[in-house]
Amino acid sequence: MSDARQIAIDVRDAVKRYGDFTALKRISLSIYDNEFFTLLGPSGCGKTTLLRMIAGFEDVTEGAIYLYGKEIEDLPPNRRPVNTVFQNYALFPHMSVLENVMFPLEMMGKKGDAKRRAREVLELVQLTQFANRKPSQLSGGQQQRVALARALAPQPKVLLLDEPLSALDQKLRKAMQIELKHIQRETGITFIFVTHDQEEALTMSDRIAVMSAGELQQLGKPTEIYEHPRNMFVADFIGETNLLEVSVDSFEAGRAVCHLGGGHEMHVDAVDGVGIGSKVHLSVRPERLYLTDVRADPDALPATVLENIFVGTNIMTIVDLKDGPNFTIRAANSDRGNARVFDAGSAVYVNGDKGAARLLVD
Amino acid sequence: MTAKTDVRNYPGFIAITILCLVILYAPLLVVTAYSFNASASITIWEGLSVRWYIDVFTGPESAKFKSAAMNSFSIALMAATTATIIATCAATAMVRGGKFRGRTLSFGLISLPLMVPEIVTAVATLIFFNAIGFTRGYTTILAAHIAFCIPFAYLPISARMQGIEGTYEQAAQDLYATRAQAFRYILLPLMMPGIISGFLLAFIISLDDFIITNFVKGAGIETLPTAIFGSVKQGIKPNIMAISTMLLGVSVVMVTISYFVSKKDNTQ
Repeated sequence: MSDARQIAIDVRDAVKRYGDFTALKRISLSIYDNEFFTLLGPSGCGKTTLLRMIAGFEDVTEGAIYLYGKEIEDLPPNRRPVNTVFQNYALFPHMSVLENVMFPLEMMGKKGDAKRRAREVLELVQLTQFANRKPSQLSGGQQQRVALARALAPQPKVLLLDEPLSALDQKLRKAMQIELKHIQRETGITFIFVTHDQEEALTMSDRIAVMSAGELQQLGKPTEIYEHPRNMFVADFIGETNLLEVSVDSFEAGRAVCHLGGGHEMHVDAVDGVGIGSKVHLSVRPERLYLTDVRADPDALPATVLENIFVGTNIMTIVDLKDGPNFTIRAANSDRGNARVFDAGSAVYVNGDKGAARLLVD
Repeated sequence: MTAKTDVRNYPGFIAITILCLVILYAPLLVVTAYSFNASASITIWEGLSVRWYIDVFTGPESAKFKSAAMNSFSIALMAATTATIIATCAATAMVRGGKFRGRTLSFGLISLPLMVPEIVTAVATLIFFNAIGFTRGYTTILAAHIAFCIPFAYLPISARMQGIEGTYEQAAQDLYATRAQAFRYILLPLMMPGIISGFLLAFIISLDDFIITNFVKGAGIETLPTAIFGSVKQGIKPNIMAISTMLLGVSVVMVTISYFVSKKDNTQ
C-alpha cells in the first residue's frame, strides 16, 4: 500500500458557474490516498457538483482538479481512472448482473479476464448466486451492491459514491454503511462519499468536508467536526445542539462569562475573536448536559422541566430557564441510575461538563 | 371504482359499443367472408371456396398483381428501413441533444406531416418531382415513401427514448465506454423495442399507401393499392376481395407484432 499521505485528489480553487449561478465558490481541498472522504451538506450545497466535476460530467469553470498530481480537466469521463456509484445505481436493465459487472472490463479491453474478475468482485459484495439475474429481479439493497461491484471491478484509483444509500431503508442503510467501510479498507481504494446525512458521514468517514451554499465550511476528522465545530452552520448541521445567542461580559481564568438572559450565566472556554461585549452564539450538545434535583455544582442553572420525549435509545428532556432560553437534554435510556427522569413541572438544575459548551465566532 | 361510476353501467353502454364495432368491422368482415365465395358474383353467396385466392396467383391478372406486390413489398421494406434509420438519428438528437435552439420547432416539423391532408402532400411531392425534372417511376415512389414514413417511425422511437434515463449513458461513459460504445451497447439495445415498433408502423403505412403513390408513380408501374384500384375501376371481382383480405392479414400481423414489441419494456 502506498504512502498514506499521498494526495489522491487535489482540488485547487475550483469554481463552477451555471450562467449567473455559482454552484461552487472557489473550493480547495486535498483528499489523501486510501482515505474514506465524505462531502457532507444539505441539498444544493454543491457537493454533487464537485463529485461530478471529479468524474468528468461537469467541466471546471475556474481552477483545476488533479488526480495523483496530474490535471484531469481535458480527460473525458471514460479516460479517468475514477468510477462512480450513482444515486439511482444506473444498472443496465438489459444486461444480467454479471454482464453489468463485466461491462467496464470489456470496455477497457480486458475481455479475457473480465469474467474471472467480475466473479471475484461479486464475491466481495456477496452476490455470486445472483450473477445471472436481471437487475429488476433484485431488491434495492442488492442492486446497490451490484452498482458497487461494477464500479469496483476495474480497480479505479478513486471511487465516487453519490448518496448511494439514500434509497435504502434505515436498517439496510446501517448495515451497508459498515460494509462500505469494510470494502474500502479491504480494497484500499480512495472513496469519496457524498451525503446529506450527518450521522452517516460521522459513522463512515476518515475525514469530512462540510459544505454549504457552494463553500467549504469545515474540513476535519468526524470527532473534530463534532466536538469543535468552526461556525454556527457546522454546529447546527452536525448532530443536535442547543444554539443560544449570548453576550460575553467578562473573562475569568481564561473562560468567558456568557449571559444567556434572565440573569443566567455560563462559563465557557474562550476562543479567538471573542472579546468583552461580543454577541456570539453558544453551542451546547444535549448529551453533554444532565439534570439534578439539588444544586451540586455552583454553575448549575435552575430550570423547570417542560416535557420528556422518549426516543427509544434516549430520553430527551426540554427544560425552561426562568426568563431565559430553553434547553434540550439527552440522556441515554440505560443511564437511569445516574441521570434521573423528572416529571414535567419539576424544578431541576441543568449541569454540564467543562467542555459541554462552545463559543462560535460566526 | 364503484359500481355507479363504472362506465360499463352507463345507460346504453352495450348498445353503443356494439354499434361502433359493427361500423368499424362489418365492411372488413364482409370482404373477408366473400373472398371465400365460390360464385363469380360479389353479392350472391354460392358456397365456400378458395378459387379466388388461386385466381390471384394463377388467373389472368396474376402477373400484374405479382409485380405490384413485389414493388409494394420492396418499397415498403426499403422505405421503412431508411425512415427508421433517419428517425432514430433524429430522436437521438432531439431527446439527447440537450436544449438547442429550435428544438420545439424541429419536433413540430417532424410531426406535422401526420396532420397535413395526404392529398396536399401528394400534390406537393408531385410538383416537386416535376420541378426538378425527375422521371416518375419506382425511385420517385420510394423517395416519397421514405419522406412520409419518417414521422410514423419517429413517434414510437422518440417516445421510447424519453423513457430511458440519461444516467445509463453517463454510467457507461464513467465505466470506460466511448460515446460510440455507450450508444452501441447501452442506448441502442434499450431503444430497440421503439425502433422495431417504428419500423413496422412505417412498413404498414408504406404498404397501404394509395394517394401519394398514385400521384408520383408515373405510368407503367403499380403497387398493390394502385393495382387494386385500377382493377376495381373495371368492376369489382371476387379476386380483389381475396387480395384485400391477404393485405389485411399482413397489416394485422404487423400491427400485432408492433403492439407486443412496444409493450415489452426492457428497462424494467
